[in-house]
This record gives sequence, C-alpha cells and structure tokens, in this order.
Amino acid sequence: MAEKVYLGKTISVTDEGYLTDASQWTKEIALEIAKEEGLTLTDKHFAVIDYIRERVLKGEALTIRSIGKSGVIDTKGFYELFPGAPLKKATKIAGVAKPVSCV
Amino acid sequence: MANLDHPIKKVMIICAKANIEDVYAALVMANGAVMEGIEAKVFFTFFGLDAITKKQMKKLHTATVGNPGMRMPGGLPFPSILGMLPGVEAGVSAMMKSQMEKLDIPPVDEFLELITAGGGEIYACKLAVEMFKLKKEDFSEHVKDIITIGQFYELAAGEGTQIIFT
Repeated sequence: MAEKVYLGKTISVTDEGYLTDASQWTKEIALEIAKEEGLTLTDKHFAVIDYIRERVLKGEALTIRSIGKSGVIDTKGFYELFPGAPLKKATKIAGVAKPVSCV
Repeated sequence: MANLDHPIKKVMIICAKANIEDVYAALVMANGAVMEGIEAKVFFTFFGLDAITKKQMKKLHTATVGNPGMRMPGGLPFPSILGMLPGVEAGVSAMMKSQMEKLDIPPVDEFLELITAGGGEIYACKLAVEMFKLKKEDFSEHVKDIITIGQFYELAAGEGTQIIFT
C-alpha cells in the first residue's frame, strides 16, 4: 500500500497508483491523475469517467466491449480519449480499482 | 511489480486453424495486447482464413470428434460416436458461443472490430488466399491487406516483438 498527495490531501493508492478507496476521489483529483498520465480531461472524458464510476460502484465488471456499447462512447473513441491502455488509464483516473478483465 | 525493463512492444499472432478455440485464442491475445497499449497484428492463414471470411466467420465450430478435451456438461467423457451425429457439433459450438457471450467475449466479427478500433491490424496470408481461391472482397472489412510471409516479417521488425503461433 502506498500513499500519494493530491492537492494537499493524502490519498491511499496501490503500488500502481490506483485509489484504494473510491470515495476519496474528486474531479480535481481526477485532473491531477490525468496530468500524470499526460492527459488533459474534457467533458467527454468525464462522461466516460462518470459511467465507469457508476458501473464499478454498483459492483459490475468492466470490459472494453461494454464501454464501447455503453452509448457514452464507442470503442474507437475510447481509445482516442485514453490512448495506449484505455481501460487501465480511465479506471485509474476514475479512482476505482484496476480492472481484472481479459476482454 | 512487473519487470518493465524489456516490455513487449509488439505481438505478431498467427492463426492457422478454424476451430473456435484456436481463433479465439488469437483474438483474445490480440485484443488483450491492444488493451495494454501493445501493437498487435494478426495473420490468418490456411483454415484460419475462415475466421475473416464473411461467409464463414459466423459459423465457426469446435471439433466434437478427435477432441480429447470434449466433455459432457457435468464432466463425463464425451463419446466420440455422439460427436459424429448430425447437429451435435453445431449444438456444442452454439453452447460454447453462448458461454462466451456471458463473459462478454464478442462474436468474431465484433471482436475484429474491437481489435481494429484499438489500432490492431488484421492480415490474410497471400499463399493461402490463392490456394483457397479467395478474393479481397470475400474478407471482412476489418482485414487490412493480403500479404506474403516476407511482408509479415517486415511488419514484425523492431525491438520487443514477439511472434506467436496459436
């Protein structure tokens, strides 16, 4: 277990930087994590982040496919918003656990 | 913590068979790579071409005869003679597909779309295409090109590439 200071607040995170307590998350913290990932968040990013938080906090598993079918964004758009490893990046910025899905 | 000194940067996956399990092994690995930000290119050859041929891609089967991994639901051995009956292979294959759907594993055409949406590339083997007398228009729109094995190796060039044969 590690800790990180975002905007003067101490947040507990995993070794890979994922928040361990989703309730510590705020939009301002999301902007900071995104900065570390080299991303500037727009409303479009936040629409996806809100969707991810809603799903995960309900206890549902995330896959790239389900996000592409969410109606919030299509798969291609998801890869464009969070280039490289979208599911990993988006969940990290959304302050939820790293997904364990293979698809 | 994973060893990040020599990460895999690119995977070149070859699929030469049309069984559901062989095709999905290739597709899951390719999509998994793309999800991790690893460049992925899939080369379909011989019977593997079925997976990217419009006419065949929705009708892939698993073998119910000569497949020692086959079991009845519940785990009892699957009698070979049963696998020979008409409709059994189709039924077993449909069951496998519905199990996969429950795990959010998409049908082949949608899987190709997922992979290409993430920047992965799909290729058909020129030699096999000629052998089976197929044309570019017989293939899914997600197939980028028909290439030779030489071109495949050119695409594989670079540090951190792995070639995987399913």
